[in-house]
Amino acid sequence: MSETYYHSVWLDKQKCKGCTTCLKRCPTEAIRIRNNRASILHDRCIDCGECIKVCDSHAKTALTDPLDSIKRFKYAIALPAPTLYAQFQGVHKPEPIIASLFRLGFDDVFEVARAAEIVSHAIAQAIEKEDRERPIISSACPAIVRLIQVNFPSLLDNVMDFISPMEAAAKIAKEEFAKKHGVDIADVGAFFISPCAAKMTAVKVPIGLEKSYVDGVIAIKDVYTAMRAFMKEGFDPLEIDRASVVGIKWAVPGGEVKAVGIKSSLCVDGIENVMNVLEGIENARFRDLTYFEGLACVNGCLGGPLTVENSFVAKNRLRSVMNHTEQKTVEKREVFDSAYDTLRMTRELEPNNSLQMGGTMKERLARIERIDRMTESLPGFDCGSCGSPTCRALAEDIENGFATELNCVFRLNDRINALAAEMVSLGASTRFNTLQDTARLKEMQEELSKDDDEAV
Amino acid sequence: MMIKESYTVVQGDMTAAGDVSAKIKRQMKRLGIPTTIMRRVSVCTYEAEINLVIHAYGGTIDFEITAENILVRVRDNGPGIPDLDKAMTEGFSTASNEVRNMGFGAGMGLPNMKRNADEFTITSEVGVGTDISMKFNI
Repeated sequence: MSETYYHSVWLDKQKCKGCTTCLKRCPTEAIRIRNNRASILHDRCIDCGECIKVCDSHAKTALTDPLDSIKRFKYAIALPAPTLYAQFQGVHKPEPIIASLFRLGFDDVFEVARAAEIVSHAIAQAIEKEDRERPIISSACPAIVRLIQVNFPSLLDNVMDFISPMEAAAKIAKEEFAKKHGVDIADVGAFFISPCAAKMTAVKVPIGLEKSYVDGVIAIKDVYTAMRAFMKEGFDPLEIDRASVVGIKWAVPGGEVKAVGIKSSLCVDGIENVMNVLEGIENARFRDLTYFEGLACVNGCLGGPLTVENSFVAKNRLRSVMNHTEQKTVEKREVFDSAYDTLRMTRELEPNNSLQMGGTMKERLARIERIDRMTESLPGFDCGSCGSPTCRALAEDIENGFATELNCVFRLNDRINALAAEMVSLGASTRFNTLQDTARLKEMQEELSKDDDEAV
Repeated sequence: MMIKESYTVVQGDMTAAGDVSAKIKRQMKRLGIPTTIMRRVSVCTYEAEINLVIHAYGGTIDFEITAENILVRVRDNGPGIPDLDKAMTEGFSTASNEVRNMGFGAGMGLPNMKRNADEFTITSEVGVGTDISMKFNI
């Protein structure tokens, strides 16, 4: 069962200082600060990596596979995300980058950009042939798919049911390699070179599949230095099937809708912005929209938490890389024809009900009522000092037994003042006081009641 | 057992438009209202809220959830709708250009609400106000 809530994003407790930075930025309210450390509510976390990006202490990281793990397989294929091509200063074409992947120890390289072209082709066919719930929502960004499962389950029917380019790349690469070299496909491992923490989770707990085709996920930042060194040594010409600029552009926001070729489409990056769009779709406000590409990271995959380069620099460089890429249009092979049937998800996307209350409808109503009353009684500053992201979230945590009212520093302050006042008055009422003490006590009492007035 | 909430919507305050329907939607999500119903209620409350901001001199939205159904009552204090039949026709709109430029006033509001609610009643009197009741079965 623990598999259900596998997460790539995790917390280094040594480094966490218990501040509220990540708490306030988590889009699914999946973080709490308890005992001066952040903790992640695993049923709500969507592995978007926002907390990794904002943590000044670098206490949030993503678990990925080490390069060594490719040795588990007789043959290993690298699946570079197109984002990789934008990471190296002074490198303005994909060839040296792809060549250095071979030097890392991979037996073959299959560009995920190539798979993106194939998936784009299948999506375009589906939009043309099928009567689907509009707007259709891209399934490419795993953090957005999880966001929909947690926060927008009513939109799950809108999500396109093709597997992601990463999965498609792994599937096609392994099948083609096994066929070409006459080896057992079980001996072939496919490893995604990833800008993204959510992709790691998507491999462990697959989206729309029983089992992922990907055998490991290696962070771009973990192989960057070694690749950089290999690139200085030059390389032989490549003999692999290559992606065009159409597929490479998937790394940039809008690249997918461009590749799919739909006019009435919208691309939005940054998880807060995507949430705005999803709210709008729920309220039926996007009436003439056919396709929506939502990307959790600002600047899309180029802004992923496992990248090395500043995402704006990377965006600028990728443009140059695309200019230097010889292949400008998609070269279609047989694999494109079958994609429409073979790249489908095989498992329905289920809603994640972790934000919902448990119990019968009546019980849930009663609980919401109590939460509303509690929320009303809290100060409403949403300061996060209690360790919950908002006053409302604290009220929910209290209802669920994870916190008490006195976690609220303002409520605690009120309580301390009340207790102090009581102690003062108790002190004043004993007969052992000197006259001088009594006068001083009276003064203190007045001061306290004055503080109270100010607090109000 | 029920949840009862009452919200005031201010005329012309486009920056706050959508706040009430967002709050209502959040409650429904927490309660686990079936998603198809949740969406229908969301569409209706959003339309109603926008109507109050754009067309009416502000008003109130009363919202009630029980184990059986969801009731939404939208009331304003005018100006009232002169020709209800016309207002219930898709594409009919009296919204100003300013409002249309903000993406509203497509003349879909009332018909859309009627289509999405299980029960829909509307009364309106010029100079007095409009009163809409919508019921959704759970």
